Amino acid sequence: MATYSSADRMRRAISALMTTLTAFCTLLAVTALLIILFYIAWRGVDSISFQFLTDVPRPVGEGGGIGNAIVGSLVLLLISSVIGLPLGICVGVYLSEVGKGRLTGAVRFIVDTLTGIPSIVTGVFVYAILVIPMKHFSALAGGIALALIMIPIVARTTEEMLKLVPHSLREGALALGAPQWRVTIGVVIPAAASGIATGAMLAIARISGETAPLLFTAFGSRFFPESLNQPIASLTVQIYNYAISPYDEWHAQAWAATLVLMTLVLGINIIVRFLTRKRF
Amino acid sequence: MSAAWENGRSKFAGPGSTWRRILSPTGNTGDVIFRILMFLVALLMVGIVVSMVIALAADAMPSIRQFGFGFLKSQRWDPIKGEFGALPFVYGTVASSLIALLISVPFSLGIAIFLVEQAPPYIARPIGFVVELLAAIPSVVYGLWGIFVLAPVLREYVEPALAKVFGWLPLFRGSITGIGLLTGGIILAIMVTPIISAVVRDVLSAVPGSQREAALALGATKWEMIRVVLVNGAPGIAGAIILGLGRALGETMAVTMVIGNRPQISFSLFEPSYTIASAIANEFTEATGDLYLSALVELGLILFLVTFIVNGFARVLVWNVTRRTGGVGRAA
Repeated sequence: MATYSSADRMRRAISALMTTLTAFCTLLAVTALLIILFYIAWRGVDSISFQFLTDVPRPVGEGGGIGNAIVGSLVLLLISSVIGLPLGICVGVYLSEVGKGRLTGAVRFIVDTLTGIPSIVTGVFVYAILVIPMKHFSALAGGIALALIMIPIVARTTEEMLKLVPHSLREGALALGAPQWRVTIGVVIPAAASGIATGAMLAIARISGETAPLLFTAFGSRFFPESLNQPIASLTVQIYNYAISPYDEWHAQAWAATLVLMTLVLGINIIVRFLTRKRF
Repeated sequence: MSAAWENGRSKFAGPGSTWRRILSPTGNTGDVIFRILMFLVALLMVGIVVSMVIALAADAMPSIRQFGFGFLKSQRWDPIKGEFGALPFVYGTVASSLIALLISVPFSLGIAIFLVEQAPPYIARPIGFVVELLAAIPSVVYGLWGIFVLAPVLREYVEPALAKVFGWLPLFRGSITGIGLLTGGIILAIMVTPIISAVVRDVLSAVPGSQREAALALGATKWEMIRVVLVNGAPGIAGAIILGLGRALGETMAVTMVIGNRPQISFSLFEPSYTIASAIANEFTEATGDLYLSALVELGLILFLVTFIVNGFARVLVWNVTRRTGGVGRAA
């Protein structure tokens, strides 16, 4: 065995200490997640019942549920997906297949920075361009606010996925005489379809947890939705309103609604991870 | 013969090469329509950002006219008297974000180093996924958890202990309620940690293996080798931190629920504070009068511009690192 000088021993000790610390940081983050998840499950599970999942909110002491909020959230997700997914995928196709040069760089930069714009600002923007002219809150405004958040996320994942498609596929199709649009729609996009779907699902998971942009676009409601032109309830806004209320009963309902929301969000994330585990 | 025809490809090609690229190089009508459509959708992105600025600026105009630059310097926020100053919100936003970075940066670096440099892949993959799940938890859920778990814990144990040990600092004086700047900062720290560590992971993975081998071959210990890697990735790490800052600045729900929402400037971390985003979330639907609403929209405009600049700067830093070392596999 070689003998080490004291300086060497010191270096080794520091190395061992620091590498242990990094493992400790990771352990702490994992613990934090587990604590949060188990706490939600523990607090939420008591109030979950069929009645809670299907009823509308009622005054304190009369029970009530989140049925309209669940339906409202699904309606909002549907509106935003119908608008956001096609636009996002098109932007991704532009960035990967069509655009070249400085302009494309600028679009990519804009899309990236759009991802970082606080969602509350998106809410104010939609309020200014839709809610003020229409003179009332509406499900449509809420859905459009969520779509604006969705588009850049879908665009960037679509671009990354299309870039993974080998060039030989495009060249092969072009050599057979297909025009570029048919190559893109018939060959490149199908080859990247599962990746694009993954990005879309993650974007849906992300916006299903958004609250801030809905506060003054979709606003909230105590009833089941009847029209897209009216305010609509959502799980997240409901959780927020119950959480800041002074009533214990509503706090319990907030935890239960959170459990439902987390099941949806984490469910999507885990399913996507499971389906794509071979590729990443 | 003109240059456009010499190429023998497109009757749409003009003298400008940009137009030739945007329109079809193959001359197929379907392609021209396809490319123009995609181009228009991409332009829509630019249009959204531009119209955001215009719409926000237009609605903020009454407040901008009334207060000018004084808006940023005034501490008074009095909707009843119609006096609006943004300074307490700017202070609360910056202070809570800095607390968040102070806590989360060491942790994020530790996590990224562990996952890239130390853990074997069969550990790094699942653990990396679990850390990413922290980013998937909605903001409002963090807020709920903050109100009912974090705030009581801080009030009962952490803040009294801090006040006892560091009470001689003005930072740790004041009434202990569990709701305030410190709680907001801690919640933000938990929320930005997965974001910063994910980008730092990408940056560290982009540092070439030869750097590590060279360091180890010279007799460096594992930690000394990691320091070499960190120095190599420094601009990208800076970008990751700034990206986290951009996220913290604009985070709304969780902060709104635990920061106390009082427009004041206090150097105590225990005192309630207010951020730009939470002021908008709290007061927007209750704002009576055009000037009040306009002042809130101006807050939104400030937040938009600041986060846009911060994010843009961060992207440039991260892109440069991951591109230079071929992390994305694409020439700059």
